[in-house]
Amino acid sequence: MKRSFVLSMARREGRSSWKRVGFYMGSVTLGVAALVAINSFRLDVTSAIHREARALLGADLRLASRRAFPDSVRAVLDSVSAAGAPVSYVTSFSSMALARRTGRTRLVEVRALSGGYPYYGTIETEPAGSWSEMSGGPRALVDRAVLVYLGIGVGDTVRLGEADFVVHGSIIRVPGETDIGASIRPRVYIPGACLEQTGLLQFGSLARYRAYLQLEGLEEAEAFVERYDELLAASEVGHETVAEREEDYASSFDAFTRFLGLIGLTALLLGALGVASAVHVFVKRKLDTVAVLRCLGATQRTVFSVYLLQAVLLALTGSAAGVLLGLGVQALLPGVLADLLPADVRPVLHPLVILVGLGVGAWVALIFGLLPLLEVRDVTPLEALRRPFDADTRKRGRARWLALAAAAATVLVLCLAQAPVPLAGLAFAGAIAVTAGLLGGVAWGLTRLVRRFFPRNAPFVVRQGIANLYRPHNQTLAVVLTVGFGVFVLGSMHIVQKNLLEQLAFDSRPDRPNLAVFDIQQDQVDGVARIIAERGHTVGELVPLVPARVAALNGRPVSELLADTAGPRPARWALRREYRNTYRDTVVSSEELLAGAWWDDAPQVEAGVARVSIEEGVATELRVGLGDRITWDVQGVRIESEIVSLRRVNWARFEPNFFVVFEPGTLDQAPQIFVTLTNVPDELERTELQRAIVEPYPNISAMDLSLLQETIDTIIGSIALAIRFMALFAIASGLIVLVGAIATSRFQRVRESVLLKTLGGRARQVRRVLTTEYLALGLLAALTGCVLAGVAGWALVRFLFEMTFRLPLLPLAGVGLLAVAATLFVGLITSRDALARPPLAVLREIAE
Amino acid sequence: MIVAENLEQTYLSGGRPLTVLKDINLSVEPEGFVAIVGPSGSGKTTLLGLLAGLDQPSSGRVLLDGTDLGALTEDERARLRADKVGFVFQTFQLIPTLTALENVLVPIELRPGASHDGAEQRARDLLARVGLGERTHHYPAQLSGGEQQRVALARAFANAPKVLFADEPTGNLDGATGHAVIDLLVALNEEERTTLVLVTHDQELAERARTVVRLSGGTLVP
Repeated sequence: MKRSFVLSMARREGRSSWKRVGFYMGSVTLGVAALVAINSFRLDVTSAIHREARALLGADLRLASRRAFPDSVRAVLDSVSAAGAPVSYVTSFSSMALARRTGRTRLVEVRALSGGYPYYGTIETEPAGSWSEMSGGPRALVDRAVLVYLGIGVGDTVRLGEADFVVHGSIIRVPGETDIGASIRPRVYIPGACLEQTGLLQFGSLARYRAYLQLEGLEEAEAFVERYDELLAASEVGHETVAEREEDYASSFDAFTRFLGLIGLTALLLGALGVASAVHVFVKRKLDTVAVLRCLGATQRTVFSVYLLQAVLLALTGSAAGVLLGLGVQALLPGVLADLLPADVRPVLHPLVILVGLGVGAWVALIFGLLPLLEVRDVTPLEALRRPFDADTRKRGRARWLALAAAAATVLVLCLAQAPVPLAGLAFAGAIAVTAGLLGGVAWGLTRLVRRFFPRNAPFVVRQGIANLYRPHNQTLAVVLTVGFGVFVLGSMHIVQKNLLEQLAFDSRPDRPNLAVFDIQQDQVDGVARIIAERGHTVGELVPLVPARVAALNGRPVSELLADTAGPRPARWALRREYRNTYRDTVVSSEELLAGAWWDDAPQVEAGVARVSIEEGVATELRVGLGDRITWDVQGVRIESEIVSLRRVNWARFEPNFFVVFEPGTLDQAPQIFVTLTNVPDELERTELQRAIVEPYPNISAMDLSLLQETIDTIIGSIALAIRFMALFAIASGLIVLVGAIATSRFQRVRESVLLKTLGGRARQVRRVLTTEYLALGLLAALTGCVLAGVAGWALVRFLFEMTFRLPLLPLAGVGLLAVAATLFVGLITSRDALARPPLAVLREIAE
Repeated sequence: MIVAENLEQTYLSGGRPLTVLKDINLSVEPEGFVAIVGPSGSGKTTLLGLLAGLDQPSSGRVLLDGTDLGALTEDERARLRADKVGFVFQTFQLIPTLTALENVLVPIELRPGASHDGAEQRARDLLARVGLGERTHHYPAQLSGGEQQRVALARAFANAPKVLFADEPTGNLDGATGHAVIDLLVALNEEERTTLVLVTHDQELAERARTVVRLSGGTLVP
């Protein structure tokens, strides 16, 4: 092999190959950019979380409980603070905030704080510094968004329960909490000392109690936990150290960004397709040159090296460009994902990610370009004299199979490496393989079908267009694969998003409730009902809530069950939870009876035992079923119950849903609070009604369900934005590949169109032939892609999100139509040459 | 210089065997000028391919300058071609991405063991010899058919080959241009003292050869 010849030949040939193949390298560039960007970003987030870890918790150790800390725990904490380690307490619960001046109300999370929290990091307020001035009286710090909603500002008064607070400042940012989180639970901080005045922690209120400790670092925190582990466990007090909090955040972010990375990987794989397609075209044009070189005395290796060298250089360049682009995008990502970030993310260079991106991009481009490039090796010098009789009888070397295997292995390894868990990577790779296989099969099937059932009676242009689908060197496979893949990816994402939104969508029909009023005490029921009715609205059903805890299962006390470490055991959370049970005589629309029977048809039990219906999920967690007995502790009173039916509950519906339903007549005398739902069409009236209820009864809260809907839409929107951003890369890459796939036989397209024109065909007819062909290709590809997207979407919704699936036919069809339009557009654009220019000029150009 | 013994060539076309050449025996002496003529489809180009070692016969053998081509590996045949053989094609077969000068340089650069001193000068000289001294930096697309074939000639003689094979060298050229090319080919041939084997259906060109071999239906016509 003559090295100098290879180099100089590669240089000379490179002049033309750059132009032809260089463009299609762009799809690899996009893929590499996506991967480098998202993987660098992941590392940026991880280091930000690590850097701000202590600020994320605000302390060295956090203790949390759903009940007020028992005296024993309190004593420990007092001794700790007496020993010089500061302790803060935060009690949080939901309540209505009523703006005095404007009369507007909103559901907020009240956080009553005593102590110097946060010990690390600062809470950003406007005006700055208002946090430290909190303890100077009944002051409140309110989330900026809440102030906007209530129409008030700093200095105004806000009423929480029975106490008034002056707004001392607005909260901009709490370290460790995302903006998204703040929109779900808007925050109001008040001094701990003022909590009692509000009178809000009454019977049935759900509150969270937290203690924050500042110790001498992680070791001391872990030592504390170890020392008091038993006490804490017995008191049902949870704990979290800085390390645990960091791990928590990091792992959920890791999963999310890896998932985004998979989408980026799709862009790269599409790029691989593009490269293969471009090189395929390139090689076809070079066959003459290769044959001549062989005649002139170049060995097989020499000739192959000429093109291999060009391929390597192109691959490296495309990859390098991708790295540069990716670094630019990395700098943009913190802005795009701002809502979802708990910490300040600073983009830095990560050499390993860059190297891997460069290497992976170059490797993928090379291995996929190699597949068609290997054909160069099979060219015989005889072909300079004449084309072989049958082009396909050219001997295919073993190297082809090796390259194919290497390519497949590359895809698999990349999927596994990028996915959050190996199983997901396998599933992804599998999905790609299945999709590619199916699309290929469909393309092949179509050509067979069309050949068999050729529309003989169709007009000439249609027949010609369809015949082009199966002519030699047709582009059917390439286009179907590319377009089909694009539709598949976009379509499935679209379906999943639509399903999520629909499931969580708020049913805004007039007979559906849009306002929930809860925490209604027993003696307030009549008053509330009267207020609602006076304003002309229908009072919905008053649903009773009876707080209760599990005392025993089938006679075995909970403490015994919790201590039992041998074998399978009911879930901790299910045993320790404070349940909110109800009693009613009907099955509601969001439920479905799965086993057993409802009250009238269920078997009778002995006196003193209540019959209950339990939700299937919690039944599994408690490891109970039909006939089992649950002993409840209802405010100190023991109630024995027997399970007579199992229900499946649709939790996504905005209605009070219950794990456990008692039969009527069993809990009527138990201490209970009430929830009611009503429909108030007018938004202003909704606000007014809330005020009308909250003013006389400050402990009652109301939730505007349409506001909740907005929040959910925002959350899903933010996540969708992130996904779509990455998908942009995939789409752009796919477009480039599509152009490549269609341009592949531009050559033939042009020659044939010109011939048709020479034979008397008019430009319009030629255009119609092209249109027919591209329309057929686009339709077929889009249809296949849509079907595959439907299947993938169904699988994701059913198995990943565990929801019921509905096919959004119209949006999916929209994606398909868009794909067809794109195919047609690209096809006609690349062929406009043939249509516009005079035949002779084009023929001369092709004659080279 | 070239000896063909009992050559037979059969291809598989559409699954069925097609015999293109049968019982071919001929020999070409050094510095000979042989024209292979025959109607279209008689197997002329196939024979040329066999004699040049571009293809292997189904049976029989070809000796080029004493070497049995069938006994060589593909790489060895390539080396032989670089060393001793020149080609002129009907479709010129210039490499479109190279200039005229670069096209002529290719065989020189491919020659085993050759040094590259003076390579460019030799190429320029050859191009000047064929009358294209001013066009060295032009691409084939910028040259007319006749000019391209002249560049091809220069390329064919670049390594001072022992044998020159030409497949219908004037097939794509008009009468006057074709004449000019043939004059050049014959002149160069005499200067460089190569053996020339050419395939043509041009009677006039065939008459200028010293020996004429006729093919019909795959066999020699005596």
